[in-house]
Amino acid sequence: MSKKDLGLLILILVVGAVVAIINPRFLLPINLANTSNLIGLFGILAIGQAFVIITGGIELSVGSVVALLGVLFVDFIATRGMAWPVALPLILVLGGIIGLAHGWLITRLKLQPFVVTLCGLLIYRGVARFYTADGTAGFAFGQNFPELEFLTAGRSYGVPNSFIALIVIAIVMWVVLHRSVFGRYLYAIGKNEEAAKYSGIRTGRVVMAAYVICGVLTALSAIYFAMYTRSISPASHGQFYELYAIAAAVLGGFSLRGGEGSLIGVILGTVLLQELQNLVNLLGIPSSLNFAVMGGVILIGVLVDQQWGVYRERRLMLEATRRGTAGAAAE
Amino acid sequence: MNYSDASIGASTIAPFLSLEGVRKTYPGVVALDGFSMEVRPGEVIGLVGENGAGKSTLMKILGGVTTPDTGTIIVDGVAHDGLTVEASIGSGIAFVHQELNLFENLDVAANIFFGREPLRAGPLRLVDRARLRTLAAPLLKRVGANFSADTPVSALSLAQQQMVEIAKALSIEARLVILDEPTSSLPLAETDKLLDVIKALKAEGISVIFISHRLHEVERVADRVVVLRDGMLAGTLPKNAINHDQMVKLMIGRMLKEREKAAESARPPGAVALSAKAVRTSAYPDRPVDLGVRRGEILGLAGLVGSGRTELARVLFGIEKSLGGALQLDGTDLVLGSAADAVANGIFLVPEDRKLTGILLDLSIAQNISLPNLPAHARRSLVSARAEAVTAEKQKRNLGIKAPSVATRTGTLSGGNQQKVVLAKWLAMSPKVMILDEPTRGIDIGAKAEIYGLMRALADAGVAVLMISSDMEEVIGVSDRIAVMHEGQISGILDKEQFSQENVLLLAVGKQPK
Repeated sequence: MSKKDLGLLILILVVGAVVAIINPRFLLPINLANTSNLIGLFGILAIGQAFVIITGGIELSVGSVVALLGVLFVDFIATRGMAWPVALPLILVLGGIIGLAHGWLITRLKLQPFVVTLCGLLIYRGVARFYTADGTAGFAFGQNFPELEFLTAGRSYGVPNSFIALIVIAIVMWVVLHRSVFGRYLYAIGKNEEAAKYSGIRTGRVVMAAYVICGVLTALSAIYFAMYTRSISPASHGQFYELYAIAAAVLGGFSLRGGEGSLIGVILGTVLLQELQNLVNLLGIPSSLNFAVMGGVILIGVLVDQQWGVYRERRLMLEATRRGTAGAAAE
Repeated sequence: MNYSDASIGASTIAPFLSLEGVRKTYPGVVALDGFSMEVRPGEVIGLVGENGAGKSTLMKILGGVTTPDTGTIIVDGVAHDGLTVEASIGSGIAFVHQELNLFENLDVAANIFFGREPLRAGPLRLVDRARLRTLAAPLLKRVGANFSADTPVSALSLAQQQMVEIAKALSIEARLVILDEPTSSLPLAETDKLLDVIKALKAEGISVIFISHRLHEVERVADRVVVLRDGMLAGTLPKNAINHDQMVKLMIGRMLKEREKAAESARPPGAVALSAKAVRTSAYPDRPVDLGVRRGEILGLAGLVGSGRTELARVLFGIEKSLGGALQLDGTDLVLGSAADAVANGIFLVPEDRKLTGILLDLSIAQNISLPNLPAHARRSLVSARAEAVTAEKQKRNLGIKAPSVATRTGTLSGGNQQKVVLAKWLAMSPKVMILDEPTRGIDIGAKAEIYGLMRALADAGVAVLMISSDMEEVIGVSDRIAVMHEGQISGILDKEQFSQENVLLLAVGKQPK
């Protein structure tokens, strides 16, 4: 765990302690379970986003994809009678195809990630609304999918299964990002795509793979969100979720220029965001201020982090002077 | 200190600038230590020294970016403890940096008067474009420019862009122009133009400090050479004592046993390894290039900048798609879809721009070296840091990379050591063909000699080495054969007995050698 991650963890614990003192209901099992369920749902989304951001890209269509694939998933199993073990992988594949399309447009046709995914944001939202004729997709009364519901909205030993899913995914993705050849390529491309190309890395494929990973994880979270809300109105479902995901990554130490950030960071970023949401509810802050609180905290976090970096650099310089050894070159 | 007796006779004229006992320390480093020098009006000073000798610090002090700890700077008779940026500009000191600071999207006149544009009357403060050009024209004439004031900067060659920078210096009525490595990216003919501009400045009574690693150019243009070593004045050479060996001796404090030159080839070259047959590149899409590099030889590729050498290298490395023609490796056809294909075939490139394309400055030495061959440093797709360290340690030893450890960030290394890391990542694999594009640009003399030695060792091991270079001494001193490019085509290939600066130059401008 890096110092940055540790700082974030301490912040989470301090904020948690303060909220718990002001309103002890924060620590009630029901509140913790609800919050960790939301952490699970948004965490899966944020990990996908992180893989794209590490390459220096961005994925803005996440919220609309959550709406579109959520609508499709509910439609498949609730009205079209598709078995959920078939529908679930099908939705994941669709998410992968969306990611592949974005990756292809970005790496082969050299379009900017912001533009491609902004168009995606608009297109998928529109398609989702058209698909249901702007109606709400949901389950009929008494319609039940016990196994699916257990896996998505259920709990094991009081812990939401969505949160457990996040932990499993996080461990796997941690290995991929921080230990695998692919992960090293992602960092190399994020830091300097040209130099990576000149080292013989097929950068186009690697970047495309990052968008596919993002697409698949977004699809998975779309299923979780669908099973959590159980009814989806395609005009508003998933709105701003891309921003939650990006905010979590930024809070977790990711640079939007690429090449920087850790998996633990993005998870902690998600935790802090959900903690803040919870704080707004529990402390009786008007919920209209929700976004303002989040924005303020992210801004302060980024500022502190940046100032800390400046301070550390200065201290290193001083130390080098004291030791009298060559710390900085003359030229 | 022998600076004062350097040119007796001229000393009756008051110096425009003199530095006395200037000392500047950075945390842990003494960058300048009791340095003194003076510059007289109309004098061209050659300032030389290895990387780290303190040249950049001196420039920062003169530019007012930093102030010395002790010492005095006397400009035009006025003594200062340190200059500010405003004071530096105000007293007529102008800089032309190695990296040009021009706006490519603007035209020449707009660049020269950027921030000081003549305005039309009226409240809108519109730029008077016509007047802008009339003002710029005489300045361009003074630097001998052959382009007009309304040419977009993006259409100019590097040397022409430097002329714009110098014209800009003239526009603020500069009395001292400091040129920092102006020729490091210029080819032969363009370098001549620049040296002519320096002479023109001198004739107008403007002083020039010319900083360069290219000693033969310093020899040609300087009235006096000031040599810096380890932050101190190593010596001053008057006009009649300026020669290559003396400068090198003062720079490194001893004579180089081997002049910066690779050893002679140990064996005759073998069969052609990589060849281009009627290849056409983006530089000159209608001109096919034929070139073959043989195993065991160092083939020098000379020519003017813009003659298509870099584009050819990019095609041979698969970064750029060839617009026609074919490549052959060991006699069989080769299709390169990407650099990854070239690497898989043992064709490696040490690119021209080290920091942008050669290495990843944020990664460690070990991570840079393993990057092209990462799967070989992994088990079940998981990177083994130990395997990376083993490979890197071996290369660090072999190449003499100076760094605390292989975990050191490459961004903190000197230029020469960074270049060695670029070489190391390819040497760790087994090269068949090694292409080096300006391999020693901006690298100090000691490291240069080592890199030449490595290239020769590679050739002796049977690797085909193709070296692109704009440095005449380097091309002639290192190559076994020299191919010269002119406007997209090979205008001739010289064998060892035909090597001469004159022949390379003749071919570079499209004429026949003698």
